[in-house]
Amino acid sequence: MYYDKLIFEISTEGRKGYTLPTPEIKRYDLPETLLRDDCPGLPEVSELDVVRHYTNVSFKNFGIEKGFYPLGSCTMKYNPKINQDMSNLPGFTSIHPYQPIETMQGLLHVYYETQRMLSEISGLDTFTLNSYAGAHGELVGLMIMKAYHESRGDFKRKKVIVPDSAHGTNPASATVAGLESVEVKSNKDGTVNVNDLKAVLDDEVAGIMLTNPNTAGIFEKDILTIAKLVHDAGGLLYYDGANLNPLLGIARPGDMGFDIMHINLHKTFSTPHGGGGPGSGPVGVNKKLVKFLPKPVIEKHEEGYTIDYDGDALTIGQISHFYGNAGVYLKAYTYLLTIGKENLPNVARYSTLNANYIKESLKDVYHLPIEGVCKHEFVFDGLKDKSTGVKTLDIAKRLLDFDMHPPTVYFPLTFKEAIMIEPPENESKQTIDRFIDVMRSIAKEAIENPEKVKGAPYNTVVKRLDEALAARNPIVKYKDLLEQ
Amino acid sequence: MNIPKDLYYTESHEWVRVEDGVAYVGITDYAQDSLGEIVFIELPEENDQLTQFSEFAAIESVKAASDLNAPLSGVVLAINEELEDNPELLNEDPYENWIIKIEIEDDTEINKLLNAEEYANVCE
Repeated sequence: MYYDKLIFEISTEGRKGYTLPTPEIKRYDLPETLLRDDCPGLPEVSELDVVRHYTNVSFKNFGIEKGFYPLGSCTMKYNPKINQDMSNLPGFTSIHPYQPIETMQGLLHVYYETQRMLSEISGLDTFTLNSYAGAHGELVGLMIMKAYHESRGDFKRKKVIVPDSAHGTNPASATVAGLESVEVKSNKDGTVNVNDLKAVLDDEVAGIMLTNPNTAGIFEKDILTIAKLVHDAGGLLYYDGANLNPLLGIARPGDMGFDIMHINLHKTFSTPHGGGGPGSGPVGVNKKLVKFLPKPVIEKHEEGYTIDYDGDALTIGQISHFYGNAGVYLKAYTYLLTIGKENLPNVARYSTLNANYIKESLKDVYHLPIEGVCKHEFVFDGLKDKSTGVKTLDIAKRLLDFDMHPPTVYFPLTFKEAIMIEPPENESKQTIDRFIDVMRSIAKEAIENPEKVKGAPYNTVVKRLDEALAARNPIVKYKDLLEQ
Repeated sequence: MNIPKDLYYTESHEWVRVEDGVAYVGITDYAQDSLGEIVFIELPEENDQLTQFSEFAAIESVKAASDLNAPLSGVVLAINEELEDNPELLNEDPYENWIIKIEIEDDTEINKLLNAEEYANVCE
């Protein structure tokens, strides 16, 4: 039986989850003017009602701990429980940012070591963990880019080159940073068109933001040429490291010539995200940009760690309340130590292998627009046989009937029926084979019984939703529902 | 795909109908089909000054959000207010439901637009 109640619907007038002692002092009535006109309309429920309600609701949730979750561009990898255990240690959770620094050396060690490990992984000199999320990291990186040019007295560099295949946050971050994004067209496989890039390079270019592997899961093969072109024009290279999984322990943006990058700990480094956040978007820079990093800066000395609240004279300033989301980098630190340096490249190898295995196993029935080896993810452009009228959305809905989270759909926009599949490294061959079988059975069903696929899902709590109606006329309050 | 012969087009899938110095602007059948069900449109205001090929409105569908670009420069004479409450009209008949009317500033800009045949190639 599906549980389909709202907490308001189990409310019973007068029921309470508490008892108060008889007051020892005289009752005091507030003046009329201070009273609200009507009751706030809160549900009246007992403690048991509340516990049962939310336990039942939680069964309806879908997460990585319930099933396969190949959501492209999101790296929905399992978050090992030890990450949670470590970040829940009272020695960390009870720290107050203003307590004496000698009493929080453990946390500062974690901060310092995490930034050091990220430096080693990325080939960049120094990291800050202060930024709260990926897009926040982008903004910080671009503020550093701007500060660098301005420190040289060069105020005309305002253009940030963003390929049209980049993450949507890139142009947005450039605008917020007070820069202007300039789009360059990508090749069919989403890689940068070097000729188009050359055409926009001039002495007003602050830098380029590059997502690698790009949104189609393809490694930017001309990356060294691009790096040289942009550097020769006086610009800086920004690496959007949101998709770092396939590079871990294999290739380093610093070695490719990049000056600045951000990393999403909540993707690659197995900290929760997607409603379970919060995130963390550390920013790394090469040597010449270290002085622009945000403050405060954690420093290591012989006698222990210190916090420099002032930062360098050229710092872009403070971008977070204290030093970022400690609970998140504690988890990432635990993940890195659990995996170990020698095993880290296996993350890259297995995620890449998994993606290529799915791609090759399904490309005879799904349309693969970009042939060749992909990295950790890839894109199908709908079914190969389009004559049945079964769309990507129908396939995604049908997957729900098999207890699988659908891949990312209709992104990237460069493919009309895009299905973007990213199977993280910790999925077993059995799970992946089952996904392949289900995808094949849906492709077969699309030919034999297309109407069935178009009507999916059938086994879920709610069936096919009217997405347009939901967007045009959203009902997000119980009150609005009652008024319907 | 419906591409009327008597209209001009942009590569970014807007159409233009020119009548006595006034340009009616909408989105093409291809655009509405690619977007899927349209759920929201953010319109400019009357008297806004538009520049050719610059953004003038934002449109959202169940799949994606996109900018609309002005096919021609000029002042906005009118907006189709009906779309604010019923954006699905753009799905139902994209050529009947214009989005804005522009007072054409410079006739020669029309030369930079595509004819039906050229636009059909863009949609290939």
